[in-house]
Amino acid sequence: MIAELGHYALMLALGLALIQGSMPIVGARSNDPVLMSMAAPTAVAQFAFVALAFGALAVCYVTSDFSVLNVYENSNSTMPLMYRLTSVWGNHEGSMMLWVFILTLFGALVAVFGRNLPIALKANALAVQAWIAAAFHLFILATSNPFLRIVDAPLEGRDLNPVLQDPGLAFHPPLLYLGYVGFSISFSFAIAALLEGRIDPAWARWVRPWVLGAWMCLTLGIAGGSYWAYYELGWGGFWFWDPVENASLMPWLAGTALLHSAVVMEKRGALKVWTILLAIVAFSLSLIGTFLVRSGVLTSVHAFATDPTRGIFILGILVIFIGGALSLYAWRAPLLKQGGLFAPISREGALVFNNLFLTAACATVFVGTLYPLALEALTGEKISVGPPFFNATFGPLFVPLLLAMPFGPLLGWKRGDLLGAAQRLLAAAMLAAVAIAASYALERGGPVLAPFGVGLSIFIMAGALIDIGERTMVLRIPLRAALRRAVGLPRSAWGTAMAHFGIGVTLMGIVAVTAWGSEHIAAVKPGETVDIAHYRLTFEGLINRPGPNYRDLVGRFVVRRTNGDLLGIMEPSRRTFTARNMATTEAALMRRGVSQLYLSLGDPNPDGTVPVRLYFKPQVLMIWLGALIMFAGGALSLSDRRLRVGAPRRSKARVALQAAE
Amino acid sequence: MTRKQRRLVLIGGSLGVLVIAVALMLNAFRDSIVFFNSPSDVAEKHIGPGTRIRLGGLVKSGSLVRSDNLKVRFDVTDGNHDMEVAYQGVLPDLFREGQGVVAEGTLDGSGVFNADTVLAKHDETYMPKEVADALKKSGHWKDDYGQRAAIPLGGKAK
Repeated sequence: MIAELGHYALMLALGLALIQGSMPIVGARSNDPVLMSMAAPTAVAQFAFVALAFGALAVCYVTSDFSVLNVYENSNSTMPLMYRLTSVWGNHEGSMMLWVFILTLFGALVAVFGRNLPIALKANALAVQAWIAAAFHLFILATSNPFLRIVDAPLEGRDLNPVLQDPGLAFHPPLLYLGYVGFSISFSFAIAALLEGRIDPAWARWVRPWVLGAWMCLTLGIAGGSYWAYYELGWGGFWFWDPVENASLMPWLAGTALLHSAVVMEKRGALKVWTILLAIVAFSLSLIGTFLVRSGVLTSVHAFATDPTRGIFILGILVIFIGGALSLYAWRAPLLKQGGLFAPISREGALVFNNLFLTAACATVFVGTLYPLALEALTGEKISVGPPFFNATFGPLFVPLLLAMPFGPLLGWKRGDLLGAAQRLLAAAMLAAVAIAASYALERGGPVLAPFGVGLSIFIMAGALIDIGERTMVLRIPLRAALRRAVGLPRSAWGTAMAHFGIGVTLMGIVAVTAWGSEHIAAVKPGETVDIAHYRLTFEGLINRPGPNYRDLVGRFVVRRTNGDLLGIMEPSRRTFTARNMATTEAALMRRGVSQLYLSLGDPNPDGTVPVRLYFKPQVLMIWLGALIMFAGGALSLSDRRLRVGAPRRSKARVALQAAE
Repeated sequence: MTRKQRRLVLIGGSLGVLVIAVALMLNAFRDSIVFFNSPSDVAEKHIGPGTRIRLGGLVKSGSLVRSDNLKVRFDVTDGNHDMEVAYQGVLPDLFREGQGVVAEGTLDGSGVFNADTVLAKHDETYMPKEVADALKKSGHWKDDYGQRAAIPLGGKAK
């Protein structure tokens, strides 16, 4: 009954989406306020029905209703409650439900919080949002219905794919989708602007918080996925340049570019046409990502099932939305009034620099990800494009971007003083030089360029601190006055500096772990030891340990420093899930500062030895710590009053300070 | 700077970055692409020693030999041709005889494939797509490979 209720609610949501997609547009064309004002309530109602459908599916999972095919295939009554709940989106149908749930959630949020938007823009944007929703509702109902029943319900379900039985499943997909789908808002606003043929700097002010929110979630979603892959897959890599990872990185790169170009548009009225294009591209890349992951053209942990009709359906959605949006752009963009030009050395110029390199880097990822698919479709030749390709293209494009990053915030709008900025960054450059020299002196081995990577990350971090230092004039004026300036500084300035600092932290982690990480693979018997870096691990033996729906074969290792100090116990395991008779590797991690010891087990050999992989990952946690800092920077910036539409200015004094920025 | 000069700088800069990106990509495509081959392809195409390829097929039943220091040898087959693969390291969780596998590495002079990476499927129902296609091509595909029982015993999909 509950499943049927969900199914019915989803159909009603489709109906509402069709109304929301048509009436407001007609209203905007004929300037009919009644029709236009239909957009907001239908958006809220549509969300309510999708939420009902999603809730119904969740109830089926929590109560282990195996008469529902989707639940039978992906759940098991012995799973803990958390996994019964998260397995709602641990499969194709459910994850598409999560997608539309978040999509309509955003639509409803725009409807509720967009009270100050011009009525026509809001009506058009919500209508576009409803087209996307309608396409995906139709997709779910036609090809991926999660509410199908089985006659003669089985007693037990087939269990969730063991790789997904992890707390990561609770965070990674929802955050990633919040990011992906969040870009649909800027897309809808861009299309609405094109439909109206009018755009102004205020557009950027309305769109920027949504872009920022989506970017924050995507940042955290990608980082979370990376950490999950790192500890779950058992070989300790944090990024594989796997097409599915690239699918999430591309919208992130485009979204980062959009975030920066929208600033130029808001502050200076320039780059309008470009910003619109980026808004279209960012969401198009999210759609392409969904297509790559969901259609089965790629095989990966994320491709839950391969069904050609689904692939063709999503491809259709892709062609209609991306093709339609770009055609509309080609047709209408020339109508938009161009913004002014600016001196190359200026804040605007620096942001254009950022945009050029980000989009170029995004393009290389795009080509590297899609070229194998295109080649196979055209010639049948199968190739793989792996890390060497991306290291040779993405890397060189990111270096100038990162080098230039500390300069950007120090340049003035309109006309910047590059020499002045360079002088102010002198301290950062000196610090970086010291770091390069120190890493050459301290580390033996590793790639020759690695110390420069360390230097670059120090330069970025110090540059972010100098940015704040310059704004607060700390060290130059009395501390009290500097503090007052720090409090008065717009939160978006703090947010920028923080996010840039986070990039430096992540870079440091990536460089250190790639250059100086060590690996030891061995087959050990109880009593034997394995050495790595400054640590010695003694294998004590294997223990069997039952779990709720699995059994663990645990290897017990005592960790000591090479000089004998006892540090603790590490217990990696081989986890066999009974329902699917499938094993996963549960790596053991031991944190040492921001570094980690990483230990995973292989299948025991017939001669009684156990293969182990032991890694020492120096500074590895900084990779994800940096992403957290970026997220926090974004959140700080989002809390800036200026970003909230129509938020009342607090006082005259504050306005004056903002102008001085 | 005049308006015209500013526009030139902007356009020139964009073109410059574009050219750099394209040059980097073309350069990377030249040396970092790895072709996928089945054992039959390797035999037909006369792939020389030292060329990096991906080799895919089924692990031949009874061919897996483990020796010291986590060294293993096994044969990869597509039904028509077999190829011996040598690998040192921990095999992936779902590596089994008779199952699909993809190995990446180079051929040595004696015709043994030295793999530095071995990938197996990542759940019990999934067969690497390349392997499935190669088996279909060589006529040794069986429909039950990689298929999952969508319908439970005693149950029918509605």
